[in-house]
Amino acid sequence: MSSIADPIAGPPVADANADTEVKAKAVAAAPAITLPVTGERELRLDLFRGLALWLIFIDHLPTNLLTWLTIRNYGFSDATEIFIFISGYTAAFVYGRAMLEGGFVIATARILRRVWQIYVAHVFLFTIFLAEISYVATSFENPLYSEEMGIMDFLKQPDVTIVQALLLRFRPVNMDVLPLYIVLMLFLPLILWLMKWKPDVTLGLSVLLYALTWQFDLYLSAYPNGFWAFNPFAWQLLFVFGAWCALGGARRMSRILSSNITMWICIAYLVAAFFVTLTWYVPQLGHIMPKVIEQWMYPINKTDLDVLRFAHFLALAALTVRFLPRDWPGLKSRWLRPLILCGQHSLEIFCLGVFLAFAGHFVLAEVSGGAALHALISVCGILIMCGMAWIISWYKHSADKGASKKGAAGNADLAGGGA
Amino acid sequence: MKSARTMLGLMLLAACLAAAPARAGDSPEQPAPAPPCDVPAYLLASESSLPKVTDAVKANQPLNVLVVGSRSSTIPGNEASAYPATLQAALKEAFPAATIDLSVELQGKSTAEETAGTLVKLVEAKKPTLVIWQTGTVDAMRAVDPDDFRTAINDGVVALRGAGADVVLVNLQYSPRTETMISAPPYLDNIKVVAQQHDVPLFDRFAIMKQWSDAGYFDLFSTSHGVDLAKKVHACLGRALAKFVIDAAHLGPVQQN
Repeated sequence: MSSIADPIAGPPVADANADTEVKAKAVAAAPAITLPVTGERELRLDLFRGLALWLIFIDHLPTNLLTWLTIRNYGFSDATEIFIFISGYTAAFVYGRAMLEGGFVIATARILRRVWQIYVAHVFLFTIFLAEISYVATSFENPLYSEEMGIMDFLKQPDVTIVQALLLRFRPVNMDVLPLYIVLMLFLPLILWLMKWKPDVTLGLSVLLYALTWQFDLYLSAYPNGFWAFNPFAWQLLFVFGAWCALGGARRMSRILSSNITMWICIAYLVAAFFVTLTWYVPQLGHIMPKVIEQWMYPINKTDLDVLRFAHFLALAALTVRFLPRDWPGLKSRWLRPLILCGQHSLEIFCLGVFLAFAGHFVLAEVSGGAALHALISVCGILIMCGMAWIISWYKHSADKGASKKGAAGNADLAGGGA
Repeated sequence: MKSARTMLGLMLLAACLAAAPARAGDSPEQPAPAPPCDVPAYLLASESSLPKVTDAVKANQPLNVLVVGSRSSTIPGNEASAYPATLQAALKEAFPAATIDLSVELQGKSTAEETAGTLVKLVEAKKPTLVIWQTGTVDAMRAVDPDDFRTAINDGVVALRGAGADVVLVNLQYSPRTETMISAPPYLDNIKVVAQQHDVPLFDRFAIMKQWSDAGYFDLFSTSHGVDLAKKVHACLGRALAKFVIDAAHLGPVQQN
């Protein structure tokens, strides 16, 4: 297991000569950071981003059979962590290269274009949400829920609501990830610029901001009241950590990652987290948990990315990197192809997933179907996501035929599209 | 060959899936005299206790209950069928000899923080043995910071205990139609945390109603404008809550249920 770190950031082993050459170039260009070679895509990133997309979709639907397959039932962290980390990683990978080759201004311009795309996607989703909520508001008048129906009150002031939505301050449930991603991407030029200077200091600053967020309760307010459900001040830690790993951090951590001690700590932590989550779903087990630990541990704060969640993600990532090498033949298998395709077109597929979750809610509310229909909707949703990913990639390949030499650096999807 | 097999598999899968909902749909249609609203024992079990309620009932003193809640603690226009009233009836049934006084304090649009500020005065005025505090819905709708929400519940519980009342917390309703609009989980979690910290019995209305919905007892997705469903659900909630209170107070016969 000597090549533990290589799988994440390192070049493919096969191409040793070309490798050194490119590495030398990169080192010459930027002494502080090392970039992995372009060329071959890191399929594991696509794979896990695709997986995260599927899990986010399932988690957005009402609880059903498939919900039991999502990782949030087996530990503290969930698909969002995977997503933000991989987004940070790929964004740094692509735009970091752009910054080294084209300079700060070019990279910033490209990043801003991407931000605009994500923003437009968010507004599009909001429109669909508005349609759904308006339908519910006009068709549903059950006295049992007269209180809950008060949530539609914002429809009385569409002018204010829509402007606030455009300002990213009014965000319906389940539409929090894209605004977080927009903010993180806006700060990417600064992050990359700092990384170019001193990666470790940048990561240190990120940790400091995270700590300050917890200490002083920093947050972004939302409309009409409340706060951002994913606090960017806290979640930036995962994003910056992803960027740091992409820019050589992972390689430098290889010793730690390949040590058996790390492995056992990770396993122990994951097992402990699993037992804690078990007590949530099997309330009969609740008595086993010592009160002291409960009081210390709860609530596990998702808004501010609880340390327990972050640690859980790190443990998962460390084990994944250890046991799933970059050149694992399974990555090329037909069976994982749908997942990887979804991961490669993450912005489109993420938006589609949010839309399908809305649609699924709608179908479930209209047709009282029971558990089987729930499961069927989840499966259909995933199939639709795969089909769409396939179509998008078909479009890209057909359209790209003329300009196939474009190279990975210009590929926005590799850049962590989607939140 | 291969595609034929795949098709067959898909058809079988579709058949199974089509059959299952039909079966699920059949059961609730059978007419039942009373709504079957059994609650699994673990949802009604509490490790916490209600010493003042225990003492009052054992000493044959009047049991004075105060329900503090928002609009989901009532049915507009049908207050007598709402869960506080059915709770009172169920308690009377369980303790025929005891006097059960119950009053309801509705604070329709107040967050937990706003309600918490009024609790001490309420307790001073009404001298309840037990305060049932239903909260969280308004906070969830307004997306109040969950930390602030937790602090408010915490302060409220401390104030109530300090004023000499037992406390039962009641969380949000399970409302599937508004699931995409109101984010309940942070508020459910935070009520749970406070309940654990202070050893307050928590009546998990959300889980109980979800259980009823999953079991097909009630169609909580229904768009019906009538009050029928609301009345039935509240009747069941009141009875479950009575069981829960009696169990937490370690009082007699119903405990075995």
